[in-house]
Amino acid sequence: MAQVLPAERDLRRVIGDADGAGDREVDGLGEQELLELYRSMVLLRTYDERSVVYHRQGRIGTYAIFWNHEAMQAGVVHALDDADWIFPSYRESAIGLLRGMPPTTVLSWWRGHPAGWWNPADYNVASICVPIATHVPHAAGLAWGKKLKGERACAVAFFGDGATSEGSFHEGANFAAVTGAPLILLCNNNQWAISTPLEAQTRAETLADKAIGYGMPGVRVDGTDVLACYEAAREAVARGRAGEGPTFIEALSYRSAPHATADDPRAYIDLDRVEEERKRECVGRFEGYLRRAGILHDDLAESIRVEAADAMRAGIAAAEAEPPADVSLVFEHAYVDPPSTFGSDLDELRRTLG
Amino acid sequence: MAELSIVEAINDAFHVELERDPSVMVLGEDVGRAGGVFRATAGLRDKFGPDRCFDTPLAEAGILGSAIGLCMAGWRPVCEMQYDAFSYPCLDQLITHVGRYRWRTGGKMSFPLVVRMPYGGGVRAPELHDDSPETYYVHTPGVKVAIPSTPSDAKGILTAAIRDPDPVVVLEPKLHYRTLKGEVPDGEHVVPLGKARLAREGDDVTLVAYGSMVPLCEQAADVLEDVSVEVLDIRTLKPLDEDALLASAAKTGRVVIVQEAPRVCGFAAELAAILAEKAILDLRGPVLRVTGYDVPYPYWQIEDAYMPSVERVTAAVRKLLDF
Repeated sequence: MAQVLPAERDLRRVIGDADGAGDREVDGLGEQELLELYRSMVLLRTYDERSVVYHRQGRIGTYAIFWNHEAMQAGVVHALDDADWIFPSYRESAIGLLRGMPPTTVLSWWRGHPAGWWNPADYNVASICVPIATHVPHAAGLAWGKKLKGERACAVAFFGDGATSEGSFHEGANFAAVTGAPLILLCNNNQWAISTPLEAQTRAETLADKAIGYGMPGVRVDGTDVLACYEAAREAVARGRAGEGPTFIEALSYRSAPHATADDPRAYIDLDRVEEERKRECVGRFEGYLRRAGILHDDLAESIRVEAADAMRAGIAAAEAEPPADVSLVFEHAYVDPPSTFGSDLDELRRTLG
Repeated sequence: MAELSIVEAINDAFHVELERDPSVMVLGEDVGRAGGVFRATAGLRDKFGPDRCFDTPLAEAGILGSAIGLCMAGWRPVCEMQYDAFSYPCLDQLITHVGRYRWRTGGKMSFPLVVRMPYGGGVRAPELHDDSPETYYVHTPGVKVAIPSTPSDAKGILTAAIRDPDPVVVLEPKLHYRTLKGEVPDGEHVVPLGKARLAREGDDVTLVAYGSMVPLCEQAADVLEDVSVEVLDIRTLKPLDEDALLASAAKTGRVVIVQEAPRVCGFAAELAAILAEKAILDLRGPVLRVTGYDVPYPYWQIEDAYMPSVERVTAAVRKLLDF
């Protein structure tokens, strides 16, 4: 039986922001690891900012922005081994970059091109889940299935605050608890589900409180503090590997960008609050931490940014150089063994296309 | 060969396949300790352990959703939905993921899972224990659907479904779970998906059916002593054995399709459309349908009025012969 711990109401923080709280160190994270984390965050930030530009230029389609969510993504992924699985929602569309997936693959996904299909087993990153929370049971099933096979892999499912209202979240969380699956339920609580604020989503005092009902620990972290996210995820991974089952992590932030390129949040959001959040965005906060610790300096920061920008330039060029997909792909891949009608359908389609 | 009921044949298939392939596992509500409310999974938990015949929480979307993850972890999960209409919560997973995940990975990952459930009416049960939901499943791209009507096919089709590399939904005629007995091959027994079965040969008219409507059509054929009736058991709705359907239509020139599901957009409509597109010159009259009505499945005291009956089927045949 999983031990029910009281939800930690206070947000865990590691980064002090020179605001009196003071910076802490995280055991086991040396200079190299800290810089790796920073590289990951800059890569994600660059991906996100360039994607918004590419969308405006008509080079990718509608895009779900994750600006200021880089800390929770990078922090959690760095707490995993490569054998552990990541189940992203659309908000974590580029998380595969942290597992070596080329930017062109993710850009192709947002371009609606089949080059954006990837083999989840190549990166241990599941396909991007578009419908809300329906991937939570997948992650629970994978973690359970690995456990049954005696493998030590964990899984992490990323989802938002709105997802906790979905039945699939409940069923997945409960399955993981009952089976003792080594799963991290990573709730990106950015307090908005498009235009619906958190208070219209739940009457729970905190989302981490929900964990108690499943008999699993729930913790709350500052979702824009990459080290706090890393630390909480590392503990959850250790619990999972020790056979202690799943953990719910509520990573609190405030959505300080539109939901997606098609959204105009001025109609509903508190713009002053957004302005405030943008001033203490997560990449800058971690940069401040690293500079205070004497680990990062201007030249290094610049070279990391240039490296990420170059990767994106190459990525979009490669995505745009992909040959147009052949219409035969319409009929491919849904079945190992497709219905015989697909052949005549394709023949007819080709005839009408001339 | 052994004389088995349909539910015994299903149970036999499970014992053989779990023995043969250690990656096959069964999950569902009450499948383990109880052996399933219809006993389809009886004995599996004792023989193969609680992990390979797993009693899940009461959560149909969770069952099918976790089965996707189990596939990713290398398992071949067979999910039991306790009743036809209890499967509706799993449709979310079926439509949004089961039928799409392989496609979404560019064909790189396979999802060899099975969803099976007892289906259909006539069993004097409370509401929502009687539905014939095949159309929801057939309409979903990326999944295959089969409905056996005999004990031998129940074993052979479930075996084929378990071994199939694609997701397969198997609906089992609960009306005949225990009442219909027949010879079933011992050991491994595969009935390939996508092949119809000619249940009875005839020359004047073809009755097309699947599942629990097949025995009904055979009864109707018995009653129609002066008519040479062919009964075609479709067995697999997707992929469909079009050749068998068209061959029988060409032979008799008259087709009546029988389904117990509501009429609108039911599978009979699909079969009728195929006949209209590909067999029009072979037909001597309109393709007729005998179906349930477009109403919620009725309370059981009047359910017989809803279900296609021998009388309704024979009336349709007479009408077609008189055309």
